[in-house]
Amino acid sequence: MKDVPFVTAFRDPGPARGLIARIRDLARQTEQATFMEVCGTHTMSLYRHGIRALLPDNVRMLSGPGCPVCVTPHAYLDRAIALSREPGFVIATFGDMMRVPGSTSSLQQERARGADVRVVYSTLDAVDMARREAEREVVFLGVGFETTSPTVAAAVLSAEREGVRNFSVLSAAKLVGPALDVLVRDDRLRLHGFLCPGHVSVVLGTAVYEPLARDHGMPCVVAGFEALDVLQGLVMLLEQHVAGQARVENAYRRAVVAEGNPVARGLLDRVFEPMDTAWRGLGILPGSGLRLRAAFRAHDAERFEVEVEPTREPPGCACGDILRGIISPFECKLFGKVCTPDSPHGACMVSSEGTCAAAFRYGRE
Amino acid sequence: MCLAVPMKVLRVSGDRATAVMDGVEREIGTALVPDVVAGEYVIVHAGFAIQKLSEAEAQETLELFRRMAELGEAEPA
Repeated sequence: MKDVPFVTAFRDPGPARGLIARIRDLARQTEQATFMEVCGTHTMSLYRHGIRALLPDNVRMLSGPGCPVCVTPHAYLDRAIALSREPGFVIATFGDMMRVPGSTSSLQQERARGADVRVVYSTLDAVDMARREAEREVVFLGVGFETTSPTVAAAVLSAEREGVRNFSVLSAAKLVGPALDVLVRDDRLRLHGFLCPGHVSVVLGTAVYEPLARDHGMPCVVAGFEALDVLQGLVMLLEQHVAGQARVENAYRRAVVAEGNPVARGLLDRVFEPMDTAWRGLGILPGSGLRLRAAFRAHDAERFEVEVEPTREPPGCACGDILRGIISPFECKLFGKVCTPDSPHGACMVSSEGTCAAAFRYGRE
Repeated sequence: MCLAVPMKVLRVSGDRATAVMDGVEREIGTALVPDVVAGEYVIVHAGFAIQKLSEAEAQETLELFRRMAELGEAEPA
């Protein structure tokens, strides 16, 4: 295998065997250990590397609400769809959003009907597009957590600086902290620790998890996404659990420093301010979303007045309970029957990091 | 959308840079890591460098894996 720096060494099967043996040994020292992987990329990693299947029966992993596409509510999609129907508007979005069902349509369906919906790899592409096509109104769908939102902030500042007036953001930016706070208080989950998201922590650092450890006795380990990273994170969670400890540890030291990325947080704070926002599955959480500050109103797509259809949730969809870790995808009546990656009913089946998509592709009941 | 990959920075120009991973070059934004220079490795998420990667920490983590693995293998199966 070709050596890719910072990747290949973290997939080495040699140490993996030892780490799994260590997990099994620690598991024998406890009755039950239930951890939640908060981040959708961890969900994918646990399935893709076959780690779920290697875990002892008494070590259970629950998937959390850490897929930003999956927690974006219907009403947001409906507004994006309404904007896409306006003449002269271009919707620029990350690819995952294309097939997410709104109340009666999706961006992909709108594009088939003639709407100008374009997939971009980065917010820079969207600003460049707006600069090139000054006669169009480019609306970027700002979906994401603290990893992605600084890139949206950087794009807004860049558009502001360069006078690109036809670039705006429809913000659905969300903050991880308030969601973890809700989950840690949910008695139904009986959690023993959080496998904390590596790339959110690149920006936030480790302090954001301290209240979970200090006030709720919850072990928290920040982990990377390669097989060995995830296994090491699980070893460290089990070690804390078995020893009856609760602290914040960092298993992703090559990328995460305690203070995070202050430049990225500075950009976030300059462009955005906190607001109450709705999460699919969790409801409205105070201070858990970000909207553009008034100074950037010229780049805020909320300023466009469009008629948005009334919100309708798909009947039978259990995304809400799945996002809270209360039920597994296999317990949803729609899963694998009428809801599949080709024809998703809920957002958890759409995104490549969605819990249902991962379970459908790799999972066994 | 949340995948992030390590890339090596080849050239920096203003708030953008050219970076490479596994032979594939692409333009990335450097506004979140403004002091990055050519030759450094960064994590790239949604087209932006979000942090520099530390070679020293990577080596320490790999060493830790080896030690943990030894601990695991020392236990009876």
